[in-house]
Order: sequence, then C-alpha cells, then structure tokens
Amino acid sequence: MYTQAMDIPEGNKAPLQSIEQGTASADFDARCAQGDFIEAKDWMPEQYRKTLVRQISQHAHSEIVGMLPEGNWVTRAPSLKRKAILLAKIQDEGGHGLYLYAAAETLGTSRDEMIEALHSGRAKYSSIFNYPTPTWADIGVIGWLVDGAAIMNQVPLCRCSYGPYARAMIRICREESFHQRQGFDLLHAMMQGTEAQRAMVQEAVNRWWWPVLMMFGPEDKDSQHSEQSAKWGIKRLSNDELRQKFVDAIVEQARVLGVTLPDPDLKWNAEHGHHDFGAINWQEFWNVVNGHGPLNKERLAARVQAWDDGAWVREAALAHANKQATRSVAA
Amino acid sequence: MNTPAATHESTIDLKPLGPQHAAWVLRLADGSLVLSQRLSEWCGHGPVLEEDIAFTNIALDLLGQARLLYSHAGALEGQGRDEDAFAYWRDESEFRNPTLVELPNGDFGQSVLRAWAYVSWQCLVWGTLAKSRDTALAAIGAKSVKESRYHQEHLGNWVVRLGDGTEESHRRMQTALDYLWPYTSELFHLDAVETAAMDTGLAPGLDRIAEIWTANTNATLHSATLTVPAPTPFLATGRQGRHSEAMGYLLSEMQALARAHPGARW
Ligand SMILES: [Fe+2]
Ligand SMILES: [Fe+2]
Ligand SMILES: [Fe+2]
Repeated sequence: MYTQAMDIPEGNKAPLQSIEQGTASADFDARCAQGDFIEAKDWMPEQYRKTLVRQISQHAHSEIVGMLPEGNWVTRAPSLKRKAILLAKIQDEGGHGLYLYAAAETLGTSRDEMIEALHSGRAKYSSIFNYPTPTWADIGVIGWLVDGAAIMNQVPLCRCSYGPYARAMIRICREESFHQRQGFDLLHAMMQGTEAQRAMVQEAVNRWWWPVLMMFGPEDKDSQHSEQSAKWGIKRLSNDELRQKFVDAIVEQARVLGVTLPDPDLKWNAEHGHHDFGAINWQEFWNVVNGHGPLNKERLAARVQAWDDGAWVREAALAHANKQATRSVAA
Repeated sequence: MNTPAATHESTIDLKPLGPQHAAWVLRLADGSLVLSQRLSEWCGHGPVLEEDIAFTNIALDLLGQARLLYSHAGALEGQGRDEDAFAYWRDESEFRNPTLVELPNGDFGQSVLRAWAYVSWQCLVWGTLAKSRDTALAAIGAKSVKESRYHQEHLGNWVVRLGDGTEESHRRMQTALDYLWPYTSELFHLDAVETAAMDTGLAPGLDRIAEIWTANTNATLHSATLTVPAPTPFLATGRQGRHSEAMGYLLSEMQALARAHPGARW
C-alpha cells in the first residue's frame, strides 16, 4: 500500500451540517470510536467518503501501476521458477487492484471515474513506482522492501473503520506477506551466488532504500490529514511510527541477507530501543510526488496507452453484449 | 500456482518409447513456454484489468505445463538436463514449437485469436494422452486439459465478442484470422516425430484431431461472424527448428540474463 500521498494536503474543508446530520454524525463518531465497522449503506460524513475514495483509489492505482516495473522483467526472468513466481505476483497485484476498485465503488464512485482521474493526473499513485527496475535484483528488492513497507502501512488498515476496505485489506495483506518472503528468497539465492550476483543485489538495495523510506509519507510534523484519519480509524499509526517499525524490522533481515543498508547514520539506539537513521531527502520525495521522478511520465503514459489501445476492445465487448441482449428479447 | 515443477518421475526408471519420444515431448513443452512468453508481454498493458489478470493467469498455466514437460523430457533423455537447461541454454534451431506461437502479439485481438487456436489444439492433444503408454505424460495431460479447456472457453468468448462486436473489431479480427490461419496447418502435419508418437502408443489418435479441431474452431468463428480463410499451401516449420524472424528476438530477450551469468543459480 501506498498511503503516502493521502497525507498530502488538498485543502478540503468540512461542509456545514444540518441538525439531523449532526445527530447522525455523533452516532457515526461513536461507532468509529468503538471500533465498529461502517458499511456502504450507513450514513457517513461527506469528508469521510471523499477521503476514503481518495485513499482506496490511490491504493488501487498503485497496485496497477506497480505491475509495470515488475512486468519489465517477466519476459527476462533468469529461471522458469522465478518467472512463475513473478507472474503469480503480478497477477496478485492486479487482483488487489480489482478488490480495491470494488471497495471504492461501494462509496459511489465508478471504476471508470477513478481511472479517468488517474489518467488525467488528478489522482496519485505511490511514487515508489516511478523508480526504474534496471536489474533483476530490483524484482527481489521490490518484494522485500516495497511489499515490506506496504505491509507495515496496510496491516493496521485491516482494522480500519470502513468494512469493505478492511475486508479487502485482510486478503491483500496475506498475499503481500507472501510477496515479501518471495522477494527475500530471491535476494537470498542471489547472495549465495556469484560475486556479480551479490554486487547486483547490493546496488539495487542502494538505489531503493531511501525511496522506500519515503513510502511512509512526510514526517508527522509536516503531515496534515493524520489526526482526522486517526479518529476515523483509517490511519491508526503515524507515518513516523510506521517508518521506525519498518527500519527496525529490516535491519535484522539485511544482516541475514548480508547486504549493507546505505545509511552511515543507521545504528542501534539502546536508550530508545530503536534504530536511529539518517535524514531523508524530502526534496527528492516532493519532486517525485509532483511529477519529476525518474519515470512519472513513462508510467502514466504506459497506463494511458494501454487504456487507449484497448478502447476498441471495450467498445466491441459492449456492442456484442447489446446485440446479445437485443437477440434474446427478439427470440 | 507457484509450485516448482515436480521431478515427479525422477524415481521411476523411464524407458523412452522409441528414439523420438523426448523430441515429441519437447515440442509440446516449447509450445507452452513460447506462448506463455508471448502472453506475458501483455502484463500491465491489457485493455481492461480483468483481461490483464486473465492473460497473466493463462501465461502462468502454460508455464506450469512447460515446466512439467521439460522435467519429463529431461528424465526421458537421461542426460541431466533440467527445465532451465532446456529453456535458457538451447539455441533457436533446437526449439521445436510450432511457428504459430512465436509470432508477434499484434493487437489484443490477434493475441486472443492465436492463443485460442493453440489452446484449442492443446485440449485435443491432452485428450489423446489419456490413452498414452507414457503414464507420466498422461498425468500431465490430465492436469493440463482442465486448464486448457478453461483457456479455450475464455479466449473463445473473446473471439466471438470481438468478431461480432463493432465494425472495427470485426475488421481487426478478420485481418488477424487471415494472417494467422495459414500457420495452423503445421499443428496437424504428420512428420516422422508425430508418426512415431502414434505408432509407439505415446499419443494414439493424433491423426484424428485435425478434423475435430477444424469443426470446433469453425463453429466458434461462425458465431463470431468471421470468414474462415481457405487453406493455403504454406506450411510453417517451427517444429523442425526452422523459425520465423520473430523467434530470435523472443529468445534473446528471454535468455539474455541467464546467459550473462553462466553457472549462476537464481
Ligand atoms: Fe498494496
Ligand atoms: Fe499488492
Ligand atoms: Fe505485493
């Protein structure tokens, strides 16, 4: 998951409420506070609906755009076993996109509208997928670190207040942990291999480490939506808390792999019981979020082209369905 | 679906049914692998998310078939070649897939039509293997026939939808059909390897599948309002190891990384 961009301010203000809405709203707040699920048919504040559509559709878009960097290697996977694992992973990510679009549609926005928002650049997807996959080790690092960061972000959402989202997340998280283990296993095999393979892994880790830390979003002091989202139970841990948990978990895994995380300031802080780490380059983060990453234009263009190239297919399917309907009426 | 190809028969002492046995299995294996490779090029670029997933799924099933068949061929051969030795370390002339499956994808319609033609053929071949004297191969066939039937149905539905959709989709499908159909005769060409497969009881009844395939595909093409092209004298030669121009590119892409690291394990 890729909650990062939900913390980017959009300047929304809560609309004024009527008295009836005030009662419903108090009831809604109470249910959120108790940890009850809100379902599609239930009353919910407009702002809650909008925030969720934005967050869930961003996540869905990320799953779909995320198929591109991995698809880049599917035809070149170096063994049939790894090719099968990668194909299965990409298939899972597409499935995640489907469940998430379906969850967002329960809030009254159609998949076509969401896709249109992606293609026009209004909707975001996770910036991590604007980074390239020049080597096979990138496939392992995406599984290990990118899916790993996704899990950190997403596990708390399995208990989020919106029922359809929480249920989608439970299924997705199960598969993401599988992806993370497979990514780790891919890298582990390479680290047991030749000098060239080990160097390929280290080089990929060097490129991905900092962008992955950025996946947790801006530091809490610069993050706007967090308080309201926490109250609504659609974000249960802060960006900094999640990032810290991630770093602490990965340090040990990196040791097992035998790779070095490219941060000279990374060290255990016994007093805090956590690892300290170096300063993140937030300028790079904002550059990529604002469209100036290595592959922003290419990724979006690939999605738009797939959609445009497929227009005749979708039109034909619709035309055929209409013909069938007409025929069955006539018969 | 990530189960590694089982070396299920490694403990059985395999006796090849004649000198062409492994060669016939390799034709099947190469057909599955090369079509899988082509379908996987669609990853992330499908016309609608559901089809992106479906194509990936079919590619994965075909890859699974290829892995089982390669392991089996390796066991028959008895020279210690595993699935990756076959996929990554043979040169173009050693690949024995029919040319049909290696042709470039073209548009979505052409990709659908080609895959459908091949999986429809596969369904029938798996069926003949039920009576094979090679029981390990019969087991692979029994597993694969369920997958191929699903592929045939899914892709066949698209053939009908696109053929009988809009004017544009009809035109595209007819063009693709006219292009692809001459390559299908290779699937039924009874050369020495195919004849040996029948004669040794490896694939009994292989000579009868052309008729059934033609009847089945014609019925679907008829529903799709497409015109079945008249037979041509052209005979493709991929199964003899003489491939189209597209094959070299497909293999150099597929094999490049593995070959850049000889001896490496992944
Ligand atoms: Fe995700
Ligand atoms: Fe995912
Ligand atoms: Fe994943």
